[in-house]
Amino acid sequence: MTATTATPPGTDRPGERTGAPDDPFDHDALPSPPGATAALLRSLLAPMKARVVVTTLLLLLQQAAVQAGPLLVAYAIDSAVPAFRRDDLGPLIAVAAGYLLCAAASGGLQYAFFRTSAQVNQDVLLDLRGRIFRHAQALSVDFHERYTSGRLISRSTTDVESLRELLDEGLQELVTVILSFVYISAMLLWLDLGLGAVAVASLVPLYLLVRSYRRRAARVYTQRSTAIAAVIVKFVETMNGIRPVRAFRRESANDADFRVLNHRHERTNGDALLEMARYVVGSRLVANTAVAGMVLWGAYRVAGGTLALGVLAAAVLYLRRLYDPIDRLGMFLNSYQSAAASLEKIAGLLAQTPSVPEPATPRELPALAGEHPGREVVFDGVRFAYRTGGEVLPRFDLTLPAGQTVAVVGSTGAGKSTLAMLLARFYDPSEGRVLLDGVDLRDLAAPELRRGVVMVTQEAFLFSGTVAENIAIGRPEASREEIERAAKAIGAHDFIAALPDGYDTDVRKRGGRISAGQRQLVAFARALLADPAVLILDEATSSLDIPGERAVQRAMATVLRGRTAVVIAHRLSTVEIADRVLVMEHGRIVEDGAPAGLVAGTGRFADLHRAWRDSLA
Amino acid sequence: MATTQETPGSRTDRSAVRTLLRLWPYVRPVRARWFTAAAVAVVASCLALVIPLVLKWMVDGPITDRDPAGVWLGALFLFLLGIGEALLFGLRRWLVARPLAGVEASMRAELYRHLQRLPVAFHDRWASGQLLSRGTTDLMLVRMFLAFPLTFLLVNSVTILVGVVIMLVQDVALGLVILVPAVPVMVMCVVFEKRYALVARRAQDQVGDLTTLVEESVLGIRIIKGFGRHRSQARAFREMARTLRGTELHKARLLATIWAVIITLPELAIGAALVLGTVRVADGDLSAGTLVAFLSTALALRWPVDSIGFLLAMSQEAATATERYFEVMDAVPEDREVAKAQEGEAGRGLRFEGVRFRYPDAPEGSPPVLDGVDLHIRPGESMALVGATGSGKTTLTALVPRLYEPTSGRITLDGRDITAMPREELRALVAVAFEEPTLFSASVADNVLMGTAAEAGEPQLERALSVAQAGFAHDLPQGTATQVGEQGLSLSGGQRQRLALARAVVGRPRFLVLDDPLSALDVHTEALVEAALRDVLAETTALIVAHRPSTVLLADRVALLSGGRVAAVGTHHELLRDNAEYAHLMAGTEEAAR
Repeated sequence: MTATTATPPGTDRPGERTGAPDDPFDHDALPSPPGATAALLRSLLAPMKARVVVTTLLLLLQQAAVQAGPLLVAYAIDSAVPAFRRDDLGPLIAVAAGYLLCAAASGGLQYAFFRTSAQVNQDVLLDLRGRIFRHAQALSVDFHERYTSGRLISRSTTDVESLRELLDEGLQELVTVILSFVYISAMLLWLDLGLGAVAVASLVPLYLLVRSYRRRAARVYTQRSTAIAAVIVKFVETMNGIRPVRAFRRESANDADFRVLNHRHERTNGDALLEMARYVVGSRLVANTAVAGMVLWGAYRVAGGTLALGVLAAAVLYLRRLYDPIDRLGMFLNSYQSAAASLEKIAGLLAQTPSVPEPATPRELPALAGEHPGREVVFDGVRFAYRTGGEVLPRFDLTLPAGQTVAVVGSTGAGKSTLAMLLARFYDPSEGRVLLDGVDLRDLAAPELRRGVVMVTQEAFLFSGTVAENIAIGRPEASREEIERAAKAIGAHDFIAALPDGYDTDVRKRGGRISAGQRQLVAFARALLADPAVLILDEATSSLDIPGERAVQRAMATVLRGRTAVVIAHRLSTVEIADRVLVMEHGRIVEDGAPAGLVAGTGRFADLHRAWRDSLA
Repeated sequence: MATTQETPGSRTDRSAVRTLLRLWPYVRPVRARWFTAAAVAVVASCLALVIPLVLKWMVDGPITDRDPAGVWLGALFLFLLGIGEALLFGLRRWLVARPLAGVEASMRAELYRHLQRLPVAFHDRWASGQLLSRGTTDLMLVRMFLAFPLTFLLVNSVTILVGVVIMLVQDVALGLVILVPAVPVMVMCVVFEKRYALVARRAQDQVGDLTTLVEESVLGIRIIKGFGRHRSQARAFREMARTLRGTELHKARLLATIWAVIITLPELAIGAALVLGTVRVADGDLSAGTLVAFLSTALALRWPVDSIGFLLAMSQEAATATERYFEVMDAVPEDREVAKAQEGEAGRGLRFEGVRFRYPDAPEGSPPVLDGVDLHIRPGESMALVGATGSGKTTLTALVPRLYEPTSGRITLDGRDITAMPREELRALVAVAFEEPTLFSASVADNVLMGTAAEAGEPQLERALSVAQAGFAHDLPQGTATQVGEQGLSLSGGQRQRLALARAVVGRPRFLVLDDPLSALDVHTEALVEAALRDVLAETTALIVAHRPSTVLLADRVALLSGGRVAAVGTHHELLRDNAEYAHLMAGTEEAAR
């Protein structure tokens, strides 16, 4: 991808990609400080320390029970048989009891282990999912604009999933492999020093094999994950844009593009599987050769009388088991590799600090002076520039008295939305302060801030759930009457009542189709319900038809009375309800005055107003 | 807030086996390799079972007789068996690696192909995340199923069978002791499989719900922040994640139980065989070698038996994945057939005759969106379409390129019924600019030129960009070669809308459908676009959805859509004068009739 980074002209919002060359946001993974991945894993496991210890103990005991079998076989052949011939039943009963105990213990301990480890795993995942979610929610809007939604979604789904695989299967595999290796080597050494030494020595070639596999697999896996990412992007883009795809007959061209990407993934996928095959052959060859060698040596010594038959039998049984988990070690490496890559990406996300942090010691807004809900807004020496340098709003001062309705007009890219977002504290100014009744917005905790300022934007997104639930986002504790009153006030009641289940219609289910204009009305109702001191409307009526817009304006005349309001609109009809108009150009306020005065003058607003009147014909 | 996908089609209690059998057509092309690989795996597994027999021969023969040459022979034989086993297991993997990657890829390609051709109404119902998970994780599960559980359920069954026969041949009594737990283990497996299937599906659906919540809280971040709702959002998330954790723990409990049963019962049987065997060796009824061989055979069967639990669990998950895959594949694509032209009033231009439409998934008894639309747009004429919010304007425009099919009535282009034309041809004749301007991950030039034939080049691009006032494209870092879309530069709503407009006009289409094409533009830009559009509209037949008088004035005439019908047609000024509803919509004057 040749995603580019210089500032496009006419950008309206600070969030658009404006970074220097090699913007980290162009890469899938954000850089994380060294060691962040390990630190993340540690901090996830820290609260579970006790349970991790219990889990490990359970597995230790379970493996001990499992690995006791061959030892009992050796004992049975070498001691119980001769004893039985002497009519001594003791050893035989010991074997029987021992085996019974081991069988019960290995099953029971496996059960206990599986359940405790599942609990630990699920708690770790719950914690991690919550952290990603909360952190993403805490990050500022400009982060979200740069870090596309798709990536955030894959962080909290596929990346968490690959950690789950590691925890569920991988770690248990690894511990089992290590434990059984240690146990069996110890057993072999104890049974016979020579055979044990050979078994331990066979670890050297196996280690080399594992190491080379790890290296080669890492390369193939990276290629494969890049390939699948490309497939996913193409897939999602096609499905989300299915209408233009159909209307412009892109199906066959898309099929061809997809075939190329899909084939690339198929090839790397095959490579990964073959790499695994190579590893399995290599490790099995080493293992089986070692077994044959040890049997030869052992048998020679039994024939020579320097080794008991039972010991050889036990050694052979152990040897088969010694090398059984090698394949699984390969699988562990796979899940480890993909989980490590995922964790690194997650750590990179969690390392992002919110550019709009919550205050350490929050302040409260002063009690309202009069019966009006409005508050005074002051921009005190505010300047705003991108972190990468481009200045959007040069330093300015502005005071909006409590209760005033201010219209902000100007062409695309003039900085209107940036002004609104500073007031809504979606961004913090680079210099200066934004004050609400004398309190810096940065000192207000989120709930207090939202009692103060609410912003309605052009993109009226609906969450899944009912229409009523969507309106109630404005004030979750609102009653049904209050919700309906807000909808009626804004002229949304009629269409909502006409939906199949009225206010209880699920917006994502059958019959819940809601047009762009209707979505904007829902967004308005939401804002009314929130009942803020300062209301910001950013292009909030762009998809409404004229009667809709009129209805909204009529409603606003009553709703906005006494409230402080900032209204941004291309259509100047909004201006009719404004007490004051600000005309912006290139980030500066170039005209400021009462609408009637500006229209009568010869400035830019007079021009704009004339053009707009003409467009109404 | 749950959005579990309602699945079309019945999901009655179909058995996992029946579901998995549906994979056969995809496996068929690689069947030779797959069966060879399975056979190789069976042979390799059985080779492992020969090893104890060699041991027995060594213990009872050369070792007892102190014959060094015999020991060498036995060890050599073991060595060869080991090499053979390793190579055969490698061969198995090598045989299926590429073919199975191919099966996965071809199933994915089919899915993608199929999805692109399903009716738009299907996509309205299915979130892209749900489709994506079918195309990625579900298919991966299917590939893994073909590679491991399917092969090894077969291989392990054969291995267990052969192993049991070997044990019975060695010693009938000991063999029978080993067989005792078989029946209870099998019963437990069946019970387990049923329960696990239910919980596994529930977990998959809950993951889907959680994904939806994440997706929405990212897409709606401005609203959540704007209303300070991130705490309640986090609470909803935590609740859902907790529910998922509960289901996962339920799954773990089931697995832990079956796992314990599968480990304990066979182990008990082996213990019993050991005690019995020891007694008989002591009594001289059994050779020590036979006991060693018997026990190593029994232990060699441990993995095949132990693994049955997780192989069944994997198969179950693969069956669910297959079911999910076919839920989509079973949906019927747009028919490719061309209807016979119906008799009707012919005439040039774009004509709607008695068009009725209701969404296929609309609840019973709800009124249709369009209820008998009759409208004739003369060749070369542009018609504005005006109506109240939610009156069906966008729906009507979507009928022209057949993104939806009218419930009844017909639409003709220059006298030809659109259902009598191949869709390709129809969509080549009609160009559309949607209300929601979508750009794809490609260069600006590619995004615009996709609206035209392959040979179009620089001049057409320039013309289209200038009509749409999208000259800003030249100032982008790499000009019109700049990548846009999800993978590239993000553009503002107004910029996207202008590029979408350029795409619609670039091919000089015979018929042009524009859905509120100027809503995101400021007054100044809008005026410029309108001036340039006039020239384009002069040579095409156009239907333009409009909310503003300025857009209406682009058109020669206006149609007013009201109550699912065209209530009036005329020029802007005629309607403004004569039609109260229109005057209300366009000028905001109070409607007398209301």
